Amino acid sequence: MIHFVILNNRQGKVRLTKWYSTYSQKERSKVIRELTGIILSRGPKLCNFVEWRGLKVVYKRYAGLYFSMCIDQDDNELETLDIIHHYVEMLDRYFLNVCELDLIYNFHKAYYILDELLLAGELQESSRRTIARLVAAQDSLVETAREQASLLGDLVKQAM
Amino acid sequence: MIRAIRACKTAAEERGVVRKECAAIRAAINENDNDYRHRNLAKLMFIHMLGYPTHFGQMECLKLIASSEFPEKRIGYLGLMLLLDERQEVLMLVTNSLKQDLNHSNQYIVGLALCALGNICSAEMARDLAPEVERLLQFRDPNTRKKAALCAIRIIRKVPDLAENFINPAAALLKEKHHGVLITGVQLCTDLCKASADALEYFREKCTEGLVKTLKDVANSPYAPEYDIAGITDPFLHIRLLKLLRVLGQGDADASDLMNDILAQVATKTESNKNAGNAILYECVETIMSIEDNGGLRVLAINILGRFLSNRDNNIRYVALNMLMKAITVDAQAVQRHRATILECVKDSDASIRKRALELVYLLINESNVKPLTKELIDYLEVSDQEFKGDLTAKICSLIAKFSPEKIWYIDQMLKVLSEAGNFVKDEVWHALIVVISNASDLHGYTVRALYRALQTSVEQESLVRVAVWCIGEYGDMLVKNVGMLDIEDPITVTESDAVDIIELAIKRHTSDLTTKAMSLIALLKLSSRFPSCSERIQDIIVQNRGNLVLELQQRSIEFNSIIQKHQNIRSALVERMPVLDEATFIGRRAGSMPATVSTSSGASLNLPNGVAKPSAAPLVDLLDLSLDDAPAPSSSGGDFLQDLLGVDLSPASNQSGTNQASKTGTDVLLDLLSIETPPVQSSSSPPDVLSSIQHNKSPVASLEELALPSSLSGQATTPVAAAPMMDLLDGFVSNPPKPENNGSVYPSVVAFESGALRITFDFSKPPGNPQTTSIQATFTNLSPSVYSDFIFQAAVPKFLQLHLDPASSNTLPATGNGSITQNLRVTNSQHGKIPSK
Repeated sequence: MIHFVILNNRQGKVRLTKWYSTYSQKERSKVIRELTGIILSRGPKLCNFVEWRGLKVVYKRYAGLYFSMCIDQDDNELETLDIIHHYVEMLDRYFLNVCELDLIYNFHKAYYILDELLLAGELQESSRRTIARLVAAQDSLVETAREQASLLGDLVKQAM
Repeated sequence: MIRAIRACKTAAEERGVVRKECAAIRAAINENDNDYRHRNLAKLMFIHMLGYPTHFGQMECLKLIASSEFPEKRIGYLGLMLLLDERQEVLMLVTNSLKQDLNHSNQYIVGLALCALGNICSAEMARDLAPEVERLLQFRDPNTRKKAALCAIRIIRKVPDLAENFINPAAALLKEKHHGVLITGVQLCTDLCKASADALEYFREKCTEGLVKTLKDVANSPYAPEYDIAGITDPFLHIRLLKLLRVLGQGDADASDLMNDILAQVATKTESNKNAGNAILYECVETIMSIEDNGGLRVLAINILGRFLSNRDNNIRYVALNMLMKAITVDAQAVQRHRATILECVKDSDASIRKRALELVYLLINESNVKPLTKELIDYLEVSDQEFKGDLTAKICSLIAKFSPEKIWYIDQMLKVLSEAGNFVKDEVWHALIVVISNASDLHGYTVRALYRALQTSVEQESLVRVAVWCIGEYGDMLVKNVGMLDIEDPITVTESDAVDIIELAIKRHTSDLTTKAMSLIALLKLSSRFPSCSERIQDIIVQNRGNLVLELQQRSIEFNSIIQKHQNIRSALVERMPVLDEATFIGRRAGSMPATVSTSSGASLNLPNGVAKPSAAPLVDLLDLSLDDAPAPSSSGGDFLQDLLGVDLSPASNQSGTNQASKTGTDVLLDLLSIETPPVQSSSSPPDVLSSIQHNKSPVASLEELALPSSLSGQATTPVAAAPMMDLLDGFVSNPPKPENNGSVYPSVVAFESGALRITFDFSKPPGNPQTTSIQATFTNLSPSVYSDFIFQAAVPKFLQLHLDPASSNTLPATGNGSITQNLRVTNSQHGKIPSK
């Protein structure tokens, strides 16, 4: 299973974290610090797998962002690389040429997409189209709810 | 707000902005502001991601979740998952909301709830909500089903007992057409199999064929743009199916048979130019390796791995090395074929690959290929970088130790390693080297010359210096006289002063540490006896350390100095060659076994002259005494010398500051006498087991050499030593004629030991009413002209005897029979009547 997902940029700032196994707040920050250190110091030609505390960490760099996922010893690392790529493609599809700023200002949306992709540390859906559809549907629900709320608000104001 | 935070230039500014925002949010929370709650929470989440504490927001999450609006629920659940973790109690409050949401009509809300549950539920929540999840596994909407499946995985992980409930629904999932559900279903089944053996059986029987068929369908399916990744349809599904098949096939021949075809098909047909294809192949190989044997498939798998190994992509090579390590247990031959490639990988620039390759090489080494492989590794040692050197050195050393075909090769290789990376070599390793050297008596000359040469070139490697110094001290004369030249050596001429030079260098170097200096001092002492012409010079060098700040060095130099000056006559005897250290014992000791035995062959005694009472004699024995204890020099002694030599257990034994003492030989005889309970047994036939361990006087008797003297640590009553050798010794024992024992109730006192220096007398008595116990009073009389101080007597007995030592009457034994010390011992024979206490 995937234990956690961390996104950070070249300066070490964390853009997104998702934890699928239990780590306390203190442990989380410690882990983040350690891993960012290790990953940022690896050269470009080295392989994308790092052994860490008995677990494997698979990381991939996309432009200025490092996507890392920590998996068990018996998981398939190459597959995890594919999962990371899957996620990035989803983000790209959703945000239309995603960049780091998108992720900063719309972090909640990034989380929603991740939630449709992974659950309980396992892959949920392999079809990008389906994921896109689901997220779009939920977004439209939010939109409708907001519209209704603002309509109601207008009505109330008019009534007063 | 985010813009504001990003606009901050310094950390302090950022903290200020964040604090203001937090204050605003807290105020809003207090006012129970409904409209902006979700925005506040979003802000809070951002702040949390920056690393600031956000506990006050947790209740907000709950309120949002409880609201009926979808957007608010969405943000609420997100906040829940982000800000809280499983261990917080607040989580329990959510259970009710979760339950309601799981029953909601809106599938997205159900989805949200499942998501939250799946990511952070605790064991109690899992138990409460498991039935709901089970029901949802059969929901009409496939998305909900897949979420429910993954949620079930989490529940099973938290509460394995609930696994049974999920078996049936999970099996149903396997027949789905929707890929998402299929993937999650397969994953659920895999986890179920891991969690419960029943599930494993069930799935094995019912579902294996279905799975194989599904995999076939997926592998053969035409192009489907929705699932296509790099030309392969849904590689994720492939991989999950392969994994499940692996779990089902492991250990079960029938299931494995069913899978053979499809595995072969996948292995051959999958393209491997893209990562997805490689991932599938990797999984396939792993599955083949784990299921029951099928020769053809295995060959196929190893070929694939071979291809991976020569791939230029680092990831692939890493993965291949990983797999090969597992493959070695299965088929070592095949892996040997790829040895050359693996060796290449050891030199790769990527640290992870290097580590993996090194481990693999270590597993691959056997007697036939050890020489070339070690050569390669040592060559690489020279060019490797610092962090790697430590690992590499440790591995090389253990390799050499395990597989060396002959001693000379072992010594050679170890010398090379020491010259290159001596500083990384652990203590046990060079101790072992010394043991081996001392055992290879024909190679002494060769070794010492090689060491001398090595020392010329690489004097900064600490361990090398230590080993060299020891050898030069021991075998210095061989060095100078070129004794025992082997054919392959070039002759070198080393004069005595050269040898002394080099040791002086070792002492004077400011980078030498304490151990090295101490060892050098001893080596100098040895040399002073072996090279009498340099005696003056050596004395000077030693004297220079008299004022050294470190106690150990100071003490040694003073004592050695006095030996050189005043005790010329005994000096040569003191520094005679050390007897061979026994390897078997050493290895056994190193492996952590009982340190008490010293095997018979390693003579416990040094051929030291009788009557040397001088405490300073002891340090000689202390040649490798690395314990650097503060006890006065006499601490080490014959009985313990092996221990000291190896210094491996820095045990308190070496701290026993007794000076001499009786060699146990005497007491052996004595113990004969203790076989008083039994009908007359010739003394010589009953090997005495009770030995006083330790401080073993320098008895001149050669037979002492064969005495196995177990060194009992701190008077523990243990002597696993075979009693047999004793018997022989007794016969050969000169100075203490065995006395026939008396059967009667009168027990004569026995002179347990007598030599020019010491006499020990044992008086026996049996306390009335307790035939099992024998009370011995030992009297020690000093026959030599000097005073023994810190005299300690210790004894050891075999297991069925119990020994109790009373404290001695005094510790100082005045000279020439002027006074004596008495000490009482009580021996209890628990097997009284059955086994004589011999």
